[in-house]
Amino acid sequence: MQIQVLLFASYADAFDAPELQVALDDGATVKELLARVQQMAAGQALPPSPMVAVNRCYAAADVRIRAGDEVALIPPVAGG
Amino acid sequence: MRAAIVRRPIEAAALLREVAATGHGATSLFVGTVRDVSDERAVTGIEYAAYEAMATAELARIAGEAVERFGTGALVVEHRVGALAPGEVSVAVAVAHAHRGPALDATRYVIEELKKRVPIWKKEHYADGTREWVDPTLASRAAGLSTRNAGRSTFPERAG
Repeated sequence: MQIQVLLFASYADAFDAPELQVALDDGATVKELLARVQQMAAGQALPPSPMVAVNRCYAAADVRIRAGDEVALIPPVAGG
Repeated sequence: MRAAIVRRPIEAAALLREVAATGHGATSLFVGTVRDVSDERAVTGIEYAAYEAMATAELARIAGEAVERFGTGALVVEHRVGALAPGEVSVAVAVAHAHRGPALDATRYVIEELKKRVPIWKKEHYADGTREWVDPTLASRAAGLSTRNAGRSTFPERAG
C-alpha cells in the first residue's frame, strides 16, 4: 500500500516537502514506517524515535497502519 | 467547553465573558504572550504553525479531560497560529467553577498538557535576521524542564 505521510515544521524543512509517499506492506507497523523513512536521504535529520500520529492520535511503535489512514510525523511540539 | 486553534487575535476578556455564570465564585485566566527574548537572544517575532486537524482534536481531548477531572464545563482554550509580534497573546485558557481550587487547577492542567501534547510549533525570528524552529527537547532548552520532558515520553501510552 502507498501511504501519504504528513510532515511539519522542522521535518518538512528537512525533507523539503510537506508530505512523503511511502510504500508499505498492508498492516505494517509504525516502527516499520519509521525504519523506511529513516532510510531516505533526509531521514538522517530525524531523531532515533520520532513521534508518529495515526488518524490524529499519537501512535505507539506497534500500531498497525491501514490503507487510507492519516499518518503524520510529529516534531517535538512547542506550543504555548 | 470549547477548544480552538485560531488565526485571529485572542481576546482574553471575551473568554472570561464566555465562561461567566452567576453560579461561579471563581474564574481563572491564563494568558501566554510572545516574549522578546529567548535563550538570551533578541526575538522580533514568532511564527506559529500547527497540524491543525490534530491540534484541534488534541486540544479538545485535553479540555475534555479537565472538564471531567475538575468538574466544570465552563472552560475555554484558544491557541493562535500565524505570525505574532512580541507582546501578542499566543494562548489563553479561561475556567470558571463554584470554587477557586478546581478553577486554578484546571487552568494549569490545560496549559501544561497543551505544551506537552498539542502539535504546534514555533519558528522564532531573531534580531540578527536568523530564524529557527524551537526544539524544547534540546539540552539548552530542557534545563529545568524535566517535568515537561517526563510528560513527553508518555505520549504513545496516552494515545491508547
